[in-house]
Amino acid sequence: MKLVIGLDGASTGGKALDFAKNLASKTDSCELIVVYVIEWSPFSFQTAEENAERHKRREEEIAIAMERVVNPAVKSLTDAGLSARAIVRHGDVADTIDNIAHKEGADQIVVARTSAGGITSRLFGSSTANLVMNARVPVTVVA
Amino acid sequence: MQTIQRCLLALGALVAMTGQAAAQEAASLDARVNEIFASSTGWFVNAIFAPIPGTAFPWIVMWLVIGASVFTIYFAFVQFRFFGHAIGLVKGDYSDPNDAGEVSHFQALATALSGTVGLGNIAGVAVAVGIGGPGATFWMILAGLLGMASKFTECTLGVKYRNEYPDGTVSGGPMYYISKGFDELGLPGGKILAVLFSIFCILGALGGGNMFQANQAHAQITQITGDFPGWITGVIFAAVVFAVIVGGIKSIAKVTEKVVPFMGILYVGAAIVVLIVNYNMIGWAFGQIWAGAFTGLGVAGGFVGALIQGFKRAAFSNEAGVGSAAIAHSAVKTKEPITEGFVSLLEPLIDTVVICTMTALVIIISQQLIIDADTGNYVLNEAGTAIATVNDNGGVALTSAAFGSAISWFPFVLAIAVVLFAFSTMISWSYYGLKAWTYLFGEGKTTELVFKIIFCIFIVIGAAASLGPVIDFSDAAIFAMAVVNITALYFLMKVVKKELHSYASRLKSGEIKKYQH
Repeated sequence: MKLVIGLDGASTGGKALDFAKNLASKTDSCELIVVYVIEWSPFSFQTAEENAERHKRREEEIAIAMERVVNPAVKSLTDAGLSARAIVRHGDVADTIDNIAHKEGADQIVVARTSAGGITSRLFGSSTANLVMNARVPVTVVA
Repeated sequence: MQTIQRCLLALGALVAMTGQAAAQEAASLDARVNEIFASSTGWFVNAIFAPIPGTAFPWIVMWLVIGASVFTIYFAFVQFRFFGHAIGLVKGDYSDPNDAGEVSHFQALATALSGTVGLGNIAGVAVAVGIGGPGATFWMILAGLLGMASKFTECTLGVKYRNEYPDGTVSGGPMYYISKGFDELGLPGGKILAVLFSIFCILGALGGGNMFQANQAHAQITQITGDFPGWITGVIFAAVVFAVIVGGIKSIAKVTEKVVPFMGILYVGAAIVVLIVNYNMIGWAFGQIWAGAFTGLGVAGGFVGALIQGFKRAAFSNEAGVGSAAIAHSAVKTKEPITEGFVSLLEPLIDTVVICTMTALVIIISQQLIIDADTGNYVLNEAGTAIATVNDNGGVALTSAAFGSAISWFPFVLAIAVVLFAFSTMISWSYYGLKAWTYLFGEGKTTELVFKIIFCIFIVIGAAASLGPVIDFSDAAIFAMAVVNITALYFLMKVVKKELHSYASRLKSGEIKKYQH
């Protein structure tokens, strides 16, 4: 079995991790892919200076995501004796998680219930809701 | 925190210095700045705009048009053949998903556009149509279409010969492709040309990229508020720009970068509304443009006058052949430098063929230019230098009045748009100027700070000086960049041709294909 775990760095992400861990321990062989998406759009507007430093910033963003969110998550899974690896990507959160899951041939996506509230998620919908509606792979939303 | 404090202190000192000087000679300061400015830059302006002997045609305008035509023919109308492909690249069809998070083609184009779309499209077009008549629009569009090939050439080279530093930042632009490209081809003089370009780029940044912007922003503000001394606008502008480029307060720049595209769309939208309201006059307006292009319809200098104004303002607006865009485009993430060349050719199209034409149509249709009812020709003003307009408006005031005649509240929106456009163009040019500056004097905190402070001081000078000398110097400095840049492009265009052939054949064979997203 192959599971993609989508993390967003908030505390609820831990619940998704626990759920996946539990699920994986019940099957014989299970591959876990921890995915962290840095919200980014190729159609945003930036200054010339930001563009010149973009590559550097991107590397920094990936390094921070790895260090703070992804590596600890992968470690907790491997410590539990599971096989796990990490992917950090820039892009739209829902699209990117779905693309990775589809490409990897995952059986299931596990994500946490949306953690961000407020007006923006009311207007544009949350990443989790978008993922549930558009994913090509079954999605489990952990409450 | 300490750096911000220090910056604010320095800023306070700058404001206080300027403020004191102004308080002493409040009334005469504008006039003195103007006088000193005109007398100290006159020789430079005269050299750049010298007419071709025996004609009234400035050689520099000829230079730009010949350059754009040569590139158009040399690359066999690349601006039309690869137009569709350019759109595909901007949409991200050919972007590797693994490069997500890097600078996209769209972002590089948008950044370059925010440096060019601005006062050239609003005030510059008004100057062109005000002096050269509606016919200037025809030549402006033609220059825009040809200029797409110049842009393609310089931006391809900009990416190909950019510097990529170990820390992950990039620097590109004519100074790099001139020196590296000439070395690669074994040509002498690359370094000298690169230095020359950098000097003109700094002057261009201070002129068209700074003083012209401050000057016209002030003119637009006084339209609304009534007259007040220019240095006040200058100091406020300088303070905000200072906060962004020295204080590193990115949030201001970020807000501008988001608002400016919105303003651009709003501007074009308003122009379309004016055209729809006067839909029965669109045919007449195009008739005026067509007739004026070949007869001048009574403007000073006849059709040649229309042609000169059209070409000049188009070049000033889209900066094709000038080399500035190559600096902005060079930060893109791509394995094929030529892809950014394709994307960049959309820039003169959007800037000149679409936005400038909109402005011109609105001015013509709103009948701000006075026509002699008997002859159908335009009436000249008393001095005989430009077409007489309703209320003697010129520059940005003419555009504002033209929009205002159809949408009464639009001048207020336009005032905000002008201020924001001016601001974003200043931020862009401060970067272009800085790149040229560091090319000459080396990178380092102190050298960079020196340039940034000079840049802010020129904002005050620009706002205080009157339009004539400022616009002359701004034009001259920017066109001087084109003298060096196009010379270099003639030597380097074969490099671009090689890239074009290789890319075109791989595109045809299917080796370069769209990514499945």
